[in-house]
Amino acid sequence: MGELFVIVVSSMLVSNVVLSQFLGICPFLGVSKKVETAAGMGAAVTFVITLSCIITYPIQKCVLDPLGLGYLQTIAFILIIAALVQFVEMALKKFMPALYESLGVFLPLITTNCAVLGVAIKNISNGYNFIESVLCGFCTAVGFLIAIVIMAGIRERIEYNDVPNSFKGTPIVLVTASLMAIAFCGFAGLV
Amino acid sequence: MNTCVERLKNGIITENPTFVMMLGMCPTLAVTSSAINGLGMGLTTAAVLVLSNAFISLLRGVIPDKVRIPAFIVIVASFVTVIQLLLQGFLPSLNDALGVYIPLIVVNCIILGRAEAYASKNPVIPSIFDGLGMGLGFTFGLTCIGICREILGAGAIFGKQIIPEDFHITFFVLAPGAFLVLAFLTAIQNKLKLPSATNVEQDANIACGGNCASCVGSACAANKGILEAERVAAKAAKAQAAKEAAAKAKAAKEAAAKAKEAEGKEEK
Repeated sequence: MGELFVIVVSSMLVSNVVLSQFLGICPFLGVSKKVETAAGMGAAVTFVITLSCIITYPIQKCVLDPLGLGYLQTIAFILIIAALVQFVEMALKKFMPALYESLGVFLPLITTNCAVLGVAIKNISNGYNFIESVLCGFCTAVGFLIAIVIMAGIRERIEYNDVPNSFKGTPIVLVTASLMAIAFCGFAGLV
Repeated sequence: MNTCVERLKNGIITENPTFVMMLGMCPTLAVTSSAINGLGMGLTTAAVLVLSNAFISLLRGVIPDKVRIPAFIVIVASFVTVIQLLLQGFLPSLNDALGVYIPLIVVNCIILGRAEAYASKNPVIPSIFDGLGMGLGFTFGLTCIGICREILGAGAIFGKQIIPEDFHITFFVLAPGAFLVLAFLTAIQNKLKLPSATNVEQDANIACGGNCASCVGSACAANKGILEAERVAAKAAKAQAAKEAAAKAKAAKEAAAKAKEAEGKEEK
């Protein structure tokens, strides 16, 4: 139980996926203009990362490892993730149109989100078991959700601030990200 | 021959992936804590880029258009695996330093972007040079950022100590420093009005902000279409408005002239 708690805290806060591992920077900078869209993106990422962890772990342990195909990990995982995103999109469209309405636009963007592949590979290389890797995936994604929503909230405020001309746009966002990263460094003592 | 030189120049200067296109931000921020890591990551990506560009260009007639993205991903992933195994075998120290970011080269948007934008439409030799140019441009960008961060944060260049330890600002080799260095870099670009993805106007309402210059996420081709249509519509609307305004002005003028005439008649 204690170990699981350590995984929760460390993957959500201490080594936050965006602010200390630099995975999924593109959506973090690109889709964080409004809190609503940021939350939608975060939710979609949470959904896909959790699912991909549930699927990639058995593939690694039951297919690749017994056959001695460990070197195919990268190829297998990226194909699974790409197919999964497609499948999730189709399934949502068919069975949950309401959810599709809110998450649909973000799904194609997720295939190229390096956080998904990164978490799947890290789970394996850290030697987690099934429960741990699913939990780690879910919590990492929640970490992403937290970071992107906070970022969007701050950006909505920045809109009304007097930012120096040359810092308008991306630079001020990056400065904000830097300050957030400093804040998240404060969690380092937790684990 | 000319196209080859042009491709090299295009990749290193005109469309430099790091400074101008702002592509592949994840490795740019993550592995540039020292110049040597940046250089290693850049060269690794360059190698993958050259190989995948060459291969995709060779197969461009064979791959059906509808499944081209998965096909590209498989090709890129194979080369990444090859390079990863080579690094594990011959440069284990670099492999340890780059860690999970080597398999993540697969999802680096520069590679799929070049495959989609150039290699799938052009012959082999120019594609190789395109990959080489882009790869060297990326290497150049990463090494520059790496040098900045290493000098400020660890007082060294390529591991050679030049500033005594008391004056190090450790902040810059940590995660927040990466964001800050990139922030100042883009701010300087904005200040000097250099060509950069950050200078492009972002006026669309679609999910990703519509800043397609900084993104070649091939999956969102639909978004690019929407954006293009939006721009064309805006342009057309502007032209229409201008036309209407002109017509109105003309009508007003005519009316004024008529009124004058009428006035003249009345006076008579």
